[in-house]
Amino acid sequence: MTRRRGQRTPLPPPVFAVAMVAIAFFALPFIGLLWRAPWGSMLDVVGQESVRTALWLSLRTSFAATFFAVMLGVPLAWLLARVPFTGSSAVRALCILSMVLPPVVGGVALFFSFGRRGLFGQYLDRWFDIQLPFTTWGVVVAQTFVSMPFLVITVEAALRQMDRRYEDAARTLGASRWHVFRRVTVPAIQPALIAGAVLAWARALGEFGATITFAGNFPGTTQTMPLATYLALETDPQEALVISLLLIAVSFAVLIGLRDRWLNGARAAFT
Amino acid sequence: MSLDAHVAVRVGDFELDVELDVGSGEVLAVLGPNGSGKSTLLRALAGLTPIDRGHIRLDGVVLDDPATDTFVPPEQRPIGVVFQDYLLFAHLSATENVAFGLRARGGDKRAARSIAATWLDRVGLADLASMRPAQLSGGQAQRVALARALATDPAMLLLDEPLAALDVSARQDVRRTLREHLSTFEGTRLLVTHDPIDAYALADRVAILEGGRIAQTGTIAEVTAHPRSRYVAELVGTNLMRGVVVDGVLTTDGGARVVVAADPGPVFAVIRPQAITLSLAADPTSSARNIWPGVVGDIERLGDRARVGVRGPLPMVAEITAAALDALGLRPGDDVYASLKATDITTYPA
Repeated sequence: MTRRRGQRTPLPPPVFAVAMVAIAFFALPFIGLLWRAPWGSMLDVVGQESVRTALWLSLRTSFAATFFAVMLGVPLAWLLARVPFTGSSAVRALCILSMVLPPVVGGVALFFSFGRRGLFGQYLDRWFDIQLPFTTWGVVVAQTFVSMPFLVITVEAALRQMDRRYEDAARTLGASRWHVFRRVTVPAIQPALIAGAVLAWARALGEFGATITFAGNFPGTTQTMPLATYLALETDPQEALVISLLLIAVSFAVLIGLRDRWLNGARAAFT
Repeated sequence: MSLDAHVAVRVGDFELDVELDVGSGEVLAVLGPNGSGKSTLLRALAGLTPIDRGHIRLDGVVLDDPATDTFVPPEQRPIGVVFQDYLLFAHLSATENVAFGLRARGGDKRAARSIAATWLDRVGLADLASMRPAQLSGGQAQRVALARALATDPAMLLLDEPLAALDVSARQDVRRTLREHLSTFEGTRLLVTHDPIDAYALADRVAILEGGRIAQTGTIAEVTAHPRSRYVAELVGTNLMRGVVVDGVLTTDGGARVVVAADPGPVFAVIRPQAITLSLAADPTSSARNIWPGVVGDIERLGDRARVGVRGPLPMVAEITAAALDALGLRPGDDVYASLKATDITTYPA
């Protein structure tokens, strides 16, 4: 058998075959979706008021959830990575529990805590006149609850890997802890921060179980794209197809759009 | 401008306990092997590691004194640090790096950039002002780091292994420029290094740090002429032993007996490797008063010379010609006799 110079040893045939099966497993659903898509009536479906409302609601809530995941998650990741305290691993487990929890369970938990009759929700209602369930804010809460762990674990890992001597250098130059955090730490973890935010956003965009349990399924208020897709599959499968394609297109566009920033950021990593 | 410090700090199993005085306008090099506590010392002075005992006073101002519960945090100390591998911020340009300290102290952005530009010009990098650290050579990065440390107008400058991150080929040039730039800074200057050449080229005085303690301080000439630690003896390539002289006989700490021409008392004794004669048999007719049996250890050839390690009650290195080595046919593990005239041993009080 002849082999070109520099050619890598090929994988053992069984491994190669299984890898092909795995690729097919990911590719076939998309092919099926594209195959059955009603390309002719596509614009009509997208133009439908109900679809546009759901898309707009999904975009607003998923970006709001990503915003809160970053605002709350970065300090949390910093605490977990930098401050040694007893029970920190228990706290970490608690904070990423919602990542592995069935989303419906998360929704039920949110309902019994922050619902109008919930343990804490009754005071939100009574003292601040805030009702979360069955509102758009409820959607944001549910999405933040399930998506923040993705940001926390990504950023925490970056904070642990970062060369902390850069922070020391900044302090000897007269920078306060806050200035160091803003001007040195955050730029150093920027690639991980963006990656974590994208993961969290994708999770928020696809959120179904916690949302429908905690926030319900009201068009225009809490009916996000995944909920609309599921509902449409029962009544109008064509519409479900189109909404799914739309979600794929939106996800794809964001991934592509962020890819450049993401890679450029990696250059600045302080490792 | 002067530093008066007694730094006692424990990091894990390692204990550093040193007293240092750096006078006004002086450059002190702390020279020591890896793990001797150099970086810990620097971190303590900069305020990155609080000390457990002692004090740090700079120009009369107490920066750290556990006894009175005084601790000035690093960002408030008038101390500039040039770190090993420079630690320039990768996401900032050279100018922004130099301006960082001024901005951190609340300086106006434009003013900070203009001062930074002046500093970059001073270190000869005006044309690289907009470069990112990744685009700079090691020597250029070092100058940016120096400008960054000096831009905030510190009273003391600390340098951590300033040349260790550079290629051997670049080192000589950078060492010369660094020496020039150091001479224009009027504050207290302290550098730590494991390289005696850096200490020699950049410092007025040297403190030898070994195992967390200062073994010796003095000018480079004093320290190399009268080493008081094995580390320095090995650096200058000579044999050092320590012991007590009684009736013209030195008993070393290792128990060997050496005939010396010295006054009684505890002494250091230095034997130049070139003064030692090696032979295959003891020569009873020789005038040498000292003759020891030993076993050949490592042999290192250096051109027409060879350095031969001799193991035995008195371990030492002898330097003989390569021709003599070949004539004797010495191999590691061979038995050998080392002889030495008592007058070839330099002694000084321990």
